[in-house]
Amino acid sequence: MNAVTPTRRAVLAGASGSLVLGFSLPARARAAQPARPFRPNAFVSIAPDSKVTVMIKHVEFGQGPSTGLATLVAEELDADWGQMRVEQAPANDPLYKNLAFGTMGTGGSTAISNSWMQMRTAGAAARAMLVAAAAKRWGVPAAQVKVAKGVVSHGARTASFGELAASAATMPVPEKPALKDPADFTLIGTRLPKLDTPAKTDGSAIFTMDVSRPGMIHTAILHPPAFGATLERFDGAAAHAVPGVIAVRAVPQGVAVYARDRHAALTGRKALTAEWDFEQAETRSSAEMEQAYAARARTPGVQAGGHGDPAAALAAAAKTIEAEYFFPFLAHATMEPQDAVIEWRPGKADVWLGSQFQVGETTAIAKTLGVPFEGMSLHNQFCGGSFGRRATPDMGFAVEAAAIAKAHGPGAYKHVWTRENDMRGGRYRPLGIHRIRGGIDAEGRITAWDHVIAMQSFMKGTPMAGPEIAKGLDGSATEGAHELPYAVPNHRCGYHMMENGVPTLWWRSVGHTHTGYAVETFVDELLALAGKDAVEGRLTILVDKEPRYAGVLRRVAEIADWSGPKAQDGRTRGVALVKSFGSYVAQIAEVSRSDEGIPRVHKVWAAVDCGIAVNPDVIAAQVEGGLGYGLGAALFNELTIEPGGMVREGNFDSYRCLKIAEMPAVEVSIVKSAENPTGIGEPGLPPVAPAVANAWRALTGKPVHRLPFVKGVVA
Amino acid sequence: MSPRVIGLSALAGATLALPLALVAAPQENGLRNPADFASIADRNQRSAAIFTEMGKVLTHPRCVNCHPRTDRPLQDDRGEPHMPAVVRGNAAGTGAPGLECATCHGPANVAFESGVGSVPGHPLWHLAPIEMAWEGKSLRQICEQLKDRRRNGNKTLAELHEHNAHDSLVGWGWNPGEGRTPAPGTQAEFGALTKAWIDTGAHCPA
Amino acid sequence: MATGFTLNGKAVSFDGPPDTPLLWVIRDAQGLTGTKYGCGVAQCGACTVHLDGRNRRSCVTPVSTVAGKSVTTIEGVRGAEAEAVKRAWIALDVPQCGYCQSGQVMSAIGLLTAKADPSDEDIDHAMAGNICRCATYVRIRQAIKDAAKAVAA
Repeated sequence: MNAVTPTRRAVLAGASGSLVLGFSLPARARAAQPARPFRPNAFVSIAPDSKVTVMIKHVEFGQGPSTGLATLVAEELDADWGQMRVEQAPANDPLYKNLAFGTMGTGGSTAISNSWMQMRTAGAAARAMLVAAAAKRWGVPAAQVKVAKGVVSHGARTASFGELAASAATMPVPEKPALKDPADFTLIGTRLPKLDTPAKTDGSAIFTMDVSRPGMIHTAILHPPAFGATLERFDGAAAHAVPGVIAVRAVPQGVAVYARDRHAALTGRKALTAEWDFEQAETRSSAEMEQAYAARARTPGVQAGGHGDPAAALAAAAKTIEAEYFFPFLAHATMEPQDAVIEWRPGKADVWLGSQFQVGETTAIAKTLGVPFEGMSLHNQFCGGSFGRRATPDMGFAVEAAAIAKAHGPGAYKHVWTRENDMRGGRYRPLGIHRIRGGIDAEGRITAWDHVIAMQSFMKGTPMAGPEIAKGLDGSATEGAHELPYAVPNHRCGYHMMENGVPTLWWRSVGHTHTGYAVETFVDELLALAGKDAVEGRLTILVDKEPRYAGVLRRVAEIADWSGPKAQDGRTRGVALVKSFGSYVAQIAEVSRSDEGIPRVHKVWAAVDCGIAVNPDVIAAQVEGGLGYGLGAALFNELTIEPGGMVREGNFDSYRCLKIAEMPAVEVSIVKSAENPTGIGEPGLPPVAPAVANAWRALTGKPVHRLPFVKGVVA
Repeated sequence: MSPRVIGLSALAGATLALPLALVAAPQENGLRNPADFASIADRNQRSAAIFTEMGKVLTHPRCVNCHPRTDRPLQDDRGEPHMPAVVRGNAAGTGAPGLECATCHGPANVAFESGVGSVPGHPLWHLAPIEMAWEGKSLRQICEQLKDRRRNGNKTLAELHEHNAHDSLVGWGWNPGEGRTPAPGTQAEFGALTKAWIDTGAHCPA
Repeated sequence: MATGFTLNGKAVSFDGPPDTPLLWVIRDAQGLTGTKYGCGVAQCGACTVHLDGRNRRSCVTPVSTVAGKSVTTIEGVRGAEAEAVKRAWIALDVPQCGYCQSGQVMSAIGLLTAKADPSDEDIDHAMAGNICRCATYVRIRQAIKDAAKAVAA
């Protein structure tokens, strides 16, 4: 694997022959292309018409890496924003790996942070070569050549990037091009419009769902009714009788229906009956799981973090409180369900997929099809949301699509999950129990915090599993709880790695989805127990070593004009503060009681410190969207597993999503920073639910220890 | 463990859980005839008993769901709030600008392609006027309301019989589409009961 | 057996089963892919089109029921409301993943066509059937208001 696989586009684009990262293309491709673009490295290509195309190594599902990475290049290149274009990179780890992962991939809110120096360097190198070409043409020192908004100049003489491209391609590639002083940034830090917005507004943006190939067969699948159940036999006669159905086949993932069009595929699927063997199935209900987890959470578990002696401190405390939290299974429920188009013949395959692990998925499909990696071409598509769902360590969906294509023979296939496949397809945010006991001394200082988490590990058994797994630990399950942002002298976090047959996965903000809630509601209760203000109380106990916590907390209090939990019109407010993926976010939520008897969230103020703000409007959008996603889940969402192992919720009627009427007004303030950029796709999410819960406790006197709120406020 | 036969239909049927369909005793899916009440000697009592039998239809989710006490209809056999959160919208009860009943509900029921269930449909799909709401009311209250021309769409009892016996939107209740329990009996039986109730003086149960 | 209807102003005909959802006819037979599949049960709004000028979920619309009618998709929608909505959407950079946005835009145009100056409550009601998992709702609301102002100006 990891071979260079020139895609059709790359072949057409040609190459300069002089490349920073040693990427070269067959000579015949170059010969076939008279007007070659200038391609100083694997990321930048400048066409004779001066269009600058940036190869984007991160998948675009709305979090804005296309725009962000192009901004980094354009900044150092001194390009005009209007000349920038983007293209999705092919599956190629040597060129396009995520520097934080070592393979191509998007996740952990790393798109900007891992690309920060790499993309700036790519832009700066291209600029230096354009400048060298201009200096040569005009016979002037390179130091006197200026570049601004896509125009290269010396005195009155000017040239466009396109005019210089051919000559620039012959210039030496600078080893370490000089990068700008951040004070000189003209694009970074401005509200550049997103490059993909027009196409996503007028319907012309192409997603995997929209790809069509000549003679393409539409496939649908019937999955086992419980996780781990296997196919015994099926009766496809009625499905075959549906006009347009071509074949019905057993595949390792279930029973696949092949049809001329989607309606026939789905009608055929509905007509199928199958017998399933539940021998290896997870047949416990989620209620049974909860009981088992809660029992374990009453025992200490493997120590994931801590210091001091919390048991002694609890015994000596002036006042103590205790809480048991329940977190349900959650679906990612992306708007575009899992889908793929695969066209293959022996030795070669083209794949259209919104791929979050480009090389991993291409490799998995290659193996399943029996096609060498060198014969694979991945055409990465826009994808309709991920929230973690499209990054599966076992590449499960890609393998299923390939298995279905393989089983029927060479040809083109579009495999699409129904919403029900998707909702009942597992890979959930795991169900979990937290139990916390805390104590304060006579002066109201928090002296003890004993925290136990019982939850499944989705790292275990995957290539991402670290050595800690063997010791019964998983940092992705306890992050945000095994180390507190607060100076508590006696702290312990224990972990029980629960076994469960329900496949689970990271879900937007990973461990912080639950630890942020538990820690931030519990600290709020302890501060209230001590009679302290939620903002001032936190500021007093924040750890000294990370002043950026206090920075966002002070800022959010300022923009919300915080004066305690009581607000006008009988509303109340709550605050929460969570650092995740290197970024600090504090939020204040203002709530009242809705007609349904649950929190109605009127407004959320958010203060963010994610280092240098590459695009403040994208950051604001990610915070708006992140907290909306988190709020919807906290208010409404729970997947219920029935006794026997079936998932009750199958579509949006029963898995209720946040709608426009439930979306609060949002005000985002970005704290100015000189630090390198950190994540923003996820960090907006974790504080919202605890901020709402803290406001609700101020409103009703009742803490909410069970999510979602529709269950928790009446529990 | 022996294999279990489960098709998509059975799977969805089990998981969507249609409690009324699953727990209802067989006789409750039917309606008694007017003749079955002949043994009740007292005319008023007989009339009230016939209305109580009609109540099996009137209080069935097929009817109550679109006669809600708020501006939001109910749905499914559990009578849960309609999802999405649609509203009456106008005096005709046909929804809000931009999200009308007809945005989703067509001239006939449409079965889902990908799961068991359907979007119900009828050419005149709409919400009953708020004065005809009977969600949460007692049978007696519904009965009084049905006789009150200010609260029954200004119908005479004869017109009410016609409505119950022949109106095709009322008739939808016995043909509600996949995934929904039909109203008990048939529309003809419901019509016959209505006539018998009127003929016996249209008395209401206590 | 063939069903004839008008699609974005042009007469088209569909030969397949009459119960085929309009969604698949538009996407697969006519090749217009802006209209999206999201749920198949009229719960998400991604498949919203205009049927004789009014919002309609194409995933639960058998093609037989649009015979002789006029269907408009995101690709063919025109007029002052459509232009204003699209401009406002772009100005506010509303889309994130973008998958639901054709449906959001079509619903918003349908709303403004039916009610030129919608209140917040009107927006809540009209858009209640359109899910955006990226939760771009703050900007959707503002874009609808901006578009309404632009049409009125």
